[in-house]
Parts: sequence; structure tokens; C-alpha cells
Amino acid sequence: MKLAAYLDGIGLIGPGLDNWPAARPILAGAAPYESRPLTVAAPQSLPPAERRRTGVAIKIALAVGQEAVAAGQLDARQLAAVFSSSGADNDNCDAICKVLASDDRHISPTRFHNSVHNAPAGYWGIASGAMTPATVLCAHDGSFGAGLLEALTQVAVEGWGTLLVTYDMPYPEPLHAKRPLPAAFGIALALMPERSAQSLARIEVSLADAAPDALAEPELEALRRAIPCARGLPLLQALARGSNAQVVLDYLAPLSLAVEIEACR
Amino acid sequence: MNSLWLSHFTAASCLGHGLEATLAALRAQKSGLAPCAFETVTDLATYIGEVAGVDEAPLPASLAEYECRNNRLAYLGLQQDGFNAAVGAAAARYGRRRVGVLLGTSTSGILQTEQAYRRRDPATGALPDDFIYRTTHNTYSVADFVRSAFNLEGPAVVVSTACSSSAKVFASAARMIAAGLIDAAIVGGVDSLCLTTLYGFNSLELLSAEPCRPYDADRNGLSIGEAAAFILLERPADSLDADAVLLLGAGESSDAHHMSSPHPEGLGARMAMSAALKAAGLQPADIDYINLHGTATPSNDAAEGHAVATLFGNQVPCSSTKGATGHTLGAAGGLEAIISALALQQGFLPGGVNTHRVDPDIPIQYLTANQQRAPRRVLSNSFGFGGTNCSLILGRAE
Repeated sequence: MKLAAYLDGIGLIGPGLDNWPAARPILAGAAPYESRPLTVAAPQSLPPAERRRTGVAIKIALAVGQEAVAAGQLDARQLAAVFSSSGADNDNCDAICKVLASDDRHISPTRFHNSVHNAPAGYWGIASGAMTPATVLCAHDGSFGAGLLEALTQVAVEGWGTLLVTYDMPYPEPLHAKRPLPAAFGIALALMPERSAQSLARIEVSLADAAPDALAEPELEALRRAIPCARGLPLLQALARGSNAQVVLDYLAPLSLAVEIEACR
Repeated sequence: MNSLWLSHFTAASCLGHGLEATLAALRAQKSGLAPCAFETVTDLATYIGEVAGVDEAPLPASLAEYECRNNRLAYLGLQQDGFNAAVGAAAARYGRRRVGVLLGTSTSGILQTEQAYRRRDPATGALPDDFIYRTTHNTYSVADFVRSAFNLEGPAVVVSTACSSSAKVFASAARMIAAGLIDAAIVGGVDSLCLTTLYGFNSLELLSAEPCRPYDADRNGLSIGEAAAFILLERPADSLDADAVLLLGAGESSDAHHMSSPHPEGLGARMAMSAALKAAGLQPADIDYINLHGTATPSNDAAEGHAVATLFGNQVPCSSTKGATGHTLGAAGGLEAIISALALQQGFLPGGVNTHRVDPDIPIQYLTANQQRAPRRVLSNSFGFGGTNCSLILGRAE
């Protein structure tokens, strides 16, 4: 079976990469990359009570997910969702560990329910109203590849339209020293079984042995190497250039993922 | 979906190590729950389902970097019921790249981090040198551990959707096999006791002060457990014994309602069960027993019971086995799939324990005693925090 899908929408947030339209010329090499701290707004689609409870990971996940769905002119309630991240709300994790190491171990209910790896998926469901299947994955540094494989099997085997949302955020100290993630980052891809007027490209994924592609721009390459979900950047770079291409993405050694990209327009 | 064969499986929970101990406890309607005295947790009036002997079972030296309670529990499970040898044979038969590892966990090795935070450097706040994030704390560490332990080189992933994690891995693995990426998969889940879970559920006021009583009129919360559950999933062999167990269908849905309480009418739960029936090509009347999610919180059992009654009426015998095992969270889907497989193979329906008076407001056929009835097809429910739902249907090969 061919693991193929049509890519109808892209969402992207990273330092110096505000969204897909702004990042596209940078990734294509037509505009310079300038790193700057990233800001992301709380999602307006959440009710105020939920909006107050969201940390960086949830904001990033919802922002890139919404960007991809809007770009593809899709209805989020009709899409399955695959969330994949090396961590989750890492500020929240640190806060809980600090409380649990103190004399008073009472953690707040909000802290606890935001501690689950699937918190962004839960908030996504509340914000979008989607009652479709949602799964939440982790494969450490291979989390982008693992998410892409799961999303492609959903499209190819189940015939679902699937929104892939990958995201990471830094840990504060002392965990940062043990797991140094330099910045928050998010990539979302709306992957569909049929070609539409919005389709940007057809992508086909297979397991491979080749070494993953690197990016020529040194600062972007540093992000790719340091942030698990940014390991999808070679795919976005090829899409930004808009021509047919093959890229190799990081997955789980000794495996990598080969992606054939056939431009639709 | 194409049926898949649960060719080998094993479980470790507070009911015991391995299938024989698990089955004996279920037959005797024993509960493994005991008052909480885990680690330094002496201030919570609750019961837990702790697996015996985890602290006394260190990892082999070659896997020492993975040392944490969750991976110890995983390793303990892998040594049972010939599972180790079965995976070795599958890797030899299909190739090391053709055996996937898809496991569920909610908290992975977080206990290691919780303990490391107590040992922070008083001057700098740094974590101790012996703390390794990737192989313990990271959510993926248990799948990485199992992949490394068997020298596998195929696809691997952890599904972490709270309490539905190790049910959803069956659906993901079935897709990978259907897509031709792999020929077999180690699925299941491992979740172990930790402070985050115990104090976290306490903060939500969801812990019972007594052994949990699923579907009881006076149920008052859950009991946390831990477990390792492993299943080797592959395409059915050409000829199968009549009591071979097959995965017939899986159904997934989301509540889109609230982070920590279920949809009040159990709409997401009903959608997951319906999707599983559709995937299996079955009708509600084809199901002979339902292993309920049945956490014993007032809201879960009311919502799930409502959903079951809507789809199945009161014709299908149901029970939750969490009164016996506790709620093993990210391992619950895998553990309860194995309990369902034992029911199919051994020809009995496990009655729920600790339930004195079944809630009269939930119109389902809840079993409080074992029944000697041989089910042919069983549905198992797992519903997670954050509203991620998964139902599995297992059946006898006959």
C-alpha cells in the first residue's frame, strides 16, 4: 500500500518563523532568516476559563493546527487528529515536580489535568468541537517522523482526512540542563485522501536508510537538530520551493523517512 | 478491518505476575488493592494496586541507563509467559525492522524525576548527575526500552492519551500492519505508580478512601493501580486453535467536552463503541460481554453506563475489573484486553468485585459474580482524561 496523502494546509510557528506565509520565502532561500523570540497568543476559540489555563505547548499546538485547517479551507470537526511531541507542557511538569518535592504536595487540579501528554488534544477538541479520533504520540527526537507515519497510515488505511500537529517547548531549569530544547516550535499539516483545489502537494512516505537531509541555513539547521518537531523542516523547505522533490527526514535510527513530494500547483 | 491475532500476551498487575496468577485471582474474585503506602506517600487515605517485587527487580547491566520503576515493571512483564521468546521468534521470522513497538503509558518514568527533584543541588538547583532524562522521564522511554531490549529496528512509538493509551495502540498497530510497514507489533502498555498521579487524582477529589466500587450506587472514586501488559499482534496463522484470540475491531473518538470529566451522556463513548462494531462488521447483539472502563468515579460510570445502555440495552453482561486491579491508567487498555482474552479462552465472564449494590439508575446488566458462560466476542472500553476514547472488540478464532 502506498502511504500517500494530499497536503491541503500547513501551519508553522518558530523563532523568526511567524506562520507559513511569512516563513515560506525564508525557507525557500528568497528572504534572510532572522531569529527572534517567539510569541504566541492564547487561542480565541477556547472558552475563557480554558483559555486562562493554557501554557505554551497548548497555545503552539492550537495555533499551528488552526492555521493548517484554515489554509486548507477545512472543517476541523471532520478531521482526525494526530498530535506528536517529545514533551508536553514542560513548564507545568517542572512546577508539579517542585511542589511534589516540597513539604506541601498539594497540586492544583488544573496543573494535574494539564500534565497529561494529551492535554493539547483535549483542548483542541474543546476548541474545535471535533469528536473524531485524536491520538497523541511521543518518540523523543523521532516525534515528527512518528507523527507523520501515524497520520499517513490514517489517511491511507482509514481514508480519513487527518490533521498532524507536532510541537515542542523548552523545559525551564533544572530540567533544561538535562533536555536542552532551545525554543518552542510547531508544525501542522492537513493531510487528505483526495486531491482538492487547496492541495499544495501530494506526499508519499516510506521507511528508508538514508541520512536525514540538513538545511543549508546554519541557524535553521541548528533548530532542526535541537528541536524534535523541527526535524520536519526539510519537508517544509521543499514545499516552500514549490517543485517536485524527495527529502529524507529523521525518524528512529537506523530508520529515516523518505518523502516524495509532487507539487499540485 | 482485517482481524489480527493476539499470538502471545502477558500481564503483571496487583493480581500477580503472569497469566496464571491473573486468571487465578479473577476466578477467585480477589482484589489486589491495599491501603496506600507507596514510596513516601503516607498522607493519602486511598487504596492502590501495587505490583509486587518491582523494587527488587533491577534491569540487566546492558540496559542500566533505562533504570526507573516504569521500565523495571516493563522488564518484569517481558520475562513472563514466554513473551521474550515469542518476540525473539517473531523478529527471526519477520526481520528486526518488521516488528513494531507501540506502547501506551501516561506517566512513563516520571517518578525518577520526582525523586531527582528532591536531590537537587542545594546551591545551584541542578538535578543529580545520575538522572538521565531520555531513558526514564521521556514519555517514549518505555517503547525505546522494549525496542532496545529486543534489538528491534522497526517503527516504534508511545501513545499517551491518558487512560485510553494502551487501547489506542491496537488501532495504530493494525493500521501499520495494514499499510505493510510491519508484520507484527508488540502492543500494550506500562504505567507505574508515581506521586504526580496519586496527588493529582487527589487534587481532583477522585480518589476513593476504600477499594474502588465500580458501578456501585455509592461509588466514590477510583483506586490507582499499575501494570505491564504486552501483546504480540500479528496476522492470523493459516490454521488457528479455536481458542486463539483475534482483534476484530477498534473504534476511536473524542469527547470534545472537558479536560477531566466525560461527556455527561457518554456521547464520545458511544461513538467509540459504534466505530469498533463497524470496524468489526458486527451488531450490538453479537457482543457477549463488555469489559467496562468503569473507574468507579460517579461521572465516568454514569456516562459510560448511559452509553452502553443506549447501544446495547440491558442484554449484554458487563463488568469493570478495576475493583480487582485498580485503575492502571495508561496500561488499562492493554491489561483489560488481556483479561478479555482470558475470558474468551477460559470460557467465563469475570464479575466485578467490591460492588455491593449496583447503581439502579444505570440500566445495564452489571455482573458482581463470575459467570460460567463462554463468550465468543468481547468489547473492552478505555476512555481517557482529555476525552480520548477507544473501544476494542476481541473474539475467538472459531
